[in-house]
Amino acid sequence: MTAQTKELQVKEPERITPRQAEPTRDRLVFEPAVDIFETPTDVVIVADMPGVDEKSVDITLDRNILTIRGFVEPDNPENYSMIYEEYEVGDYERSFTISNQIDRNNIQATVKNGVLQVWLPKVDEAKARKIQVKAG
Amino acid sequence: MLRRPFGVFGDVSPWREMERIHRLMDRMLYDAFSLAGGRVGPVSGYPAMNVWANDEGAVITAELPGVDADDINIAVAGDTLTLSGQRKGYELNKDEKFHRRERSFGKFTRTIQLPFKVNADKVEALFKNGVLHISIPRAEADKPKKITVKGA
Repeated sequence: MTAQTKELQVKEPERITPRQAEPTRDRLVFEPAVDIFETPTDVVIVADMPGVDEKSVDITLDRNILTIRGFVEPDNPENYSMIYEEYEVGDYERSFTISNQIDRNNIQATVKNGVLQVWLPKVDEAKARKIQVKAG
Repeated sequence: MLRRPFGVFGDVSPWREMERIHRLMDRMLYDAFSLAGGRVGPVSGYPAMNVWANDEGAVITAELPGVDADDINIAVAGDTLTLSGQRKGYELNKDEKFHRRERSFGKFTRTIQLPFKVNADKVEALFKNGVLHISIPRAEADKPKKITVKGA
């Protein structure tokens, strides 16, 4: 794939105001960049959330809205003063509308190297079925 | 884009906000020019970095989500530090399809010049949860000396 060799560019993260309620933490909130892909059995959300580990991520499903949140404690080096700033540290939040075809009880998530993966399994009816064609 | 008026911004000062907007505009211009085929030279590279400093040295942090620690290289020479590596992508099988692709992948190289000579043997890097911390001690010979002024 040509994307392997291309130079990475910095994208200024989208700063957002959380939709559902006024924030009670004095933090900036960013909308993480995501990939969403679908396999025959699952819908997968992949989100860049640097600084987040498995303990500081929160995934909620309310009706058909799936919300991912990541909480980041600023990890500024002690006794140093900042001389140059290109990015800001904050929490992450993003919501997704989930179709009825998702098996809500078996959603799974992993975090690795600051990337969250949420696996949303499809219920059986939604899985593509292969229909055998028999010779007549 | 502003969430609240200035003054009740917590630790976000208007100056920081101005710098952020400035950076954003630089990048937009850079993107526009590179799309048109011309090059105005990178305003800044990937990854975005924050730099802290004191008399003893500096600390650089960078957000590299989804990069493996093994794919990060740090080289120090004199007063420059080069951070390079790659963020590996992934491909889908034939029966899988993307609904949304916002994350990008590829190689990166970035060189930073520090305001002091580096003690290359003592540079340490830690990569945790997709955030890289590099601590860069200043070379002993380069550290500021305190000179006592004696009374006559």
